[in-house]
Amino acid sequence: MKVIVDEDRCCGAGQCVLLAPQVFDQREEDGIVVLLNAEPDEGRHAVVREAAAVCPGAAIEVQEG
Amino acid sequence: MKQDLSYPIPSDAALEPPAEWAELRGECPVARVKLPSGDQATLLTRYEDVKQVLADPRFTRLLTAPDAARLSATDDGGLFNSEMAQILPDGGEEHLHWRRLVGKWFTAKRMAALRPAMAEIAERLIDDMVKRGAPGDLRADLGFPLPVYVICDMLGVPAEDRERFSYWSDTLLNLTRYEKAEVEAAQHEFFQYMSAHLTAKRAEPGDDLLSELLAAGGPEQGGLSEIQVLVTGMALLVAGHETTANMIGKMVAMLLADRTRWERLLEDPSLIRTAVEESLRMDANSGFGLPRYLSEGIEVGATALPRGTTVVCSMAAANRDESVFDAAGEMDLARKPNPHLAFGAGAHSCLGQALARTELQVVLEVLLRRLPSLELAVSPAELERVEGLAVGGLRTVPVRW
Ligand code: HEM
Ligand code: SF4
Repeated sequence: MKVIVDEDRCCGAGQCVLLAPQVFDQREEDGIVVLLNAEPDEGRHAVVREAAAVCPGAAIEVQEG
Repeated sequence: MKQDLSYPIPSDAALEPPAEWAELRGECPVARVKLPSGDQATLLTRYEDVKQVLADPRFTRLLTAPDAARLSATDDGGLFNSEMAQILPDGGEEHLHWRRLVGKWFTAKRMAALRPAMAEIAERLIDDMVKRGAPGDLRADLGFPLPVYVICDMLGVPAEDRERFSYWSDTLLNLTRYEKAEVEAAQHEFFQYMSAHLTAKRAEPGDDLLSELLAAGGPEQGGLSEIQVLVTGMALLVAGHETTANMIGKMVAMLLADRTRWERLLEDPSLIRTAVEESLRMDANSGFGLPRYLSEGIEVGATALPRGTTVVCSMAAANRDESVFDAAGEMDLARKPNPHLAFGAGAHSCLGQALARTELQVVLEVLLRRLPSLELAVSPAELERVEGLAVGGLRTVPVRW
């Protein structure tokens, strides 16, 4: 799995960090998403897909495979 | 569909959706409605349509255009039409800038750090409720005070003044409850209060959000103007308070209305997170919904909406759209993913959602632990809605344990 984030679409709502803090973080100075791990382990795939599905800015893209 | 359905649509049962939602989604997803002011608007109830309009950065909730519909029964149309609402940038780069300056205070990490303090407040409020004896009112005893303490602390304003904040914020969220003169007087007082508070903070800064916004300097230094800081403070007090406060009561009421839900959570507290999301999705009483003024014509579904239309997005109706949520009418405490629209969508989606989620999770955690025997002290059918405000809630949530 490959994860891509789009900072411009991110509204800093923090949903992704609440769900998968090992994969996403937010910048200290403005709350915009920081991708910690673009290729998360198998065990986190489900929660990363969930984060992408609920991100209010549609800022998270997951490429499977 | 009937001409000019009155909006908000009245509903008898406080926890159940009006039957019209399903009809509208099915047959008339782009409906003409009449607002409390008598003006007309276009109501959207399907998930895709609501999300499309909310997430479109061209449109905002500001209804200050001369041909925008007025929402409330007071002459000037209330909060969404007011001049005060215009002080905060609502679109484009400027809005982004404001959002990022304020947003850093609401990151998931900061909220996680507040958890222990929130849990302590919840414990204390529950102790007090238990001391007073059953039945308690979960709304007044826990739901309202908790978010106020938290937001007051973040803003550095004294929680003792919370009764006044409650009244001021009720008047700001007014649709039909207050007269224009009352609303104006309250807004004026609130403004004066914040203004005095900021003067004090300037003289003696604390480590709170408002002190730091002031310290960031004016627009030339990349910060906000004084009046913008002031209105940000007012907006956060109102937003940080009424919405979550009501949601705590509604969430607990929904979970107790069918007590097998409560029991399931007692058995498996790891469901707390998804149960909170499902409560937000199922909230049939979330309030007015979100207005948008169309500054350009667009197509929604297959319908062309001309420029100048005032649209009302019903997130609560959209959250029960069967085409997106399996068994949408059922409360599934383990539902995943749950892309509900209770916090809106896109660039304007709720800035405080990590805070709201954390508060709701903490309250539920502490309640399950401290009062496992909790139950409603009235039948769900006897619960009554709060009327006349833009944010929905229950008047009281009588409980025993
Ligand atoms: C359950 C509780 C809450 C709900 C259901 C809720 C809902 C919403 C919704 C639907 C919007 C979108 C408005 C729009 O698109 O025009 C919004 C915006 C906003 N909310 Fe919340 N909210 C909640 C709690 C909070 C809290 C705790 C705070 C912070 C203290 C907060 C601060 C804000 C702010 C500042 C905005 C404006 C964001 C912008 O325009 O960029 N909210 N909220
Ligand atoms: S959930 Fe989406 S909008 Fe929110 S912080 Fe993460 S990427 Fe940004």
